[in-house]
Amino acid sequence: MATPQVPPFERFYLTHRDEVLGYLRRLLGPRAEDAWQETFLRALRAYGRLEHGRHLRAWVFTIATNVALDELRVTKRTDPEGDLEPVAELQRDAFRELEHLTGDLPPTERAAVVLRYGYDLPYAQIADALGSSEEAARAAASSGVRRLRRTHERDH
Amino acid sequence: MNVTIDLDTKFRAAAVAEGLVDVRYDVVASPVGDLHVAATGRGLCRISYDGADWEERLARGFGVRVLRSPLDDVRRELDEYFDGRRREFDLPLDLRVAPFPADVLRELARVPYGRTDTYGKLAARAGRPKAARAVGTIMNRNPIPIVLPCHRIVGANGDLTGYAGGLDVKRRLLELEGASFR
Repeated sequence: MATPQVPPFERFYLTHRDEVLGYLRRLLGPRAEDAWQETFLRALRAYGRLEHGRHLRAWVFTIATNVALDELRVTKRTDPEGDLEPVAELQRDAFRELEHLTGDLPPTERAAVVLRYGYDLPYAQIADALGSSEEAARAAASSGVRRLRRTHERDH
Repeated sequence: MNVTIDLDTKFRAAAVAEGLVDVRYDVVASPVGDLHVAATGRGLCRISYDGADWEERLARGFGVRVLRSPLDDVRRELDEYFDGRRREFDLPLDLRVAPFPADVLRELARVPYGRTDTYGKLAARAGRPKAARAVGTIMNRNPIPIVLPCHRIVGANGDLTGYAGGLDVKRRLLELEGASFR
């Protein structure tokens, strides 16, 4: 398959601006707008150095995640190795029921859960977004899901 | 979750203010149809009657950081021209063409409002009297029509010959300027 060329920034921007704002709203609530502008300014600063147009959606989600984590003043935490708990997974419908609770998750778990279940990103791309290993991304999402379920059960 | 016009406008302004854009563009309505206009940090670089693949064409010429953003000076001067209140443009230009076309376009810019000239005479003034045909090609590829007035260049017998925006547009521009032609 031919390598896709980098599209003109305007096309990239129109394709992704709404989805990225939705994502940042899920992570940051009313603080999302500043983070959204910062995300696209960072993307534009780096845009001229892109070598191909592959994975642009994952790329802009990565930038948005970094901006959001900065905003939440989080030092990136990698989950301890050898987490023996079984990986918790969710169905999309189940996520819709639990999504309103994501605001209470620690930031990295929140980003991992929302990227996985809200936007269907594969763990490899979530790992890039979080600056972690794929295992750590999976563990963060899994731990987030468990936490969501506990909160949900406690509230019902 | 849709980005509001307000948020969109703020982002575009911030991107331009930070100097992050290779080329920005706007669409200006005119009596001869929508004009696609583009500028770099150095000045106006394109006017096109044709919006097909416009962003891609700009990216190839000037870089991929293409962003739509208001070009108020360009819009104002074009509006004034079409209102008959402007005879010369004061806009800085970013012309990226080879030396001979650059000479020809520089001479073209001197053809006065409301007058016509021929391909042959323009070639002669650019120093290549036998290059009338090449000058025709250069007119046809003029990156900034209207501002660089290739509509004022006609055949030796006075025929309008051709124009990127179509002969009707060439005729309307010459009529607007009160030029005599046939």
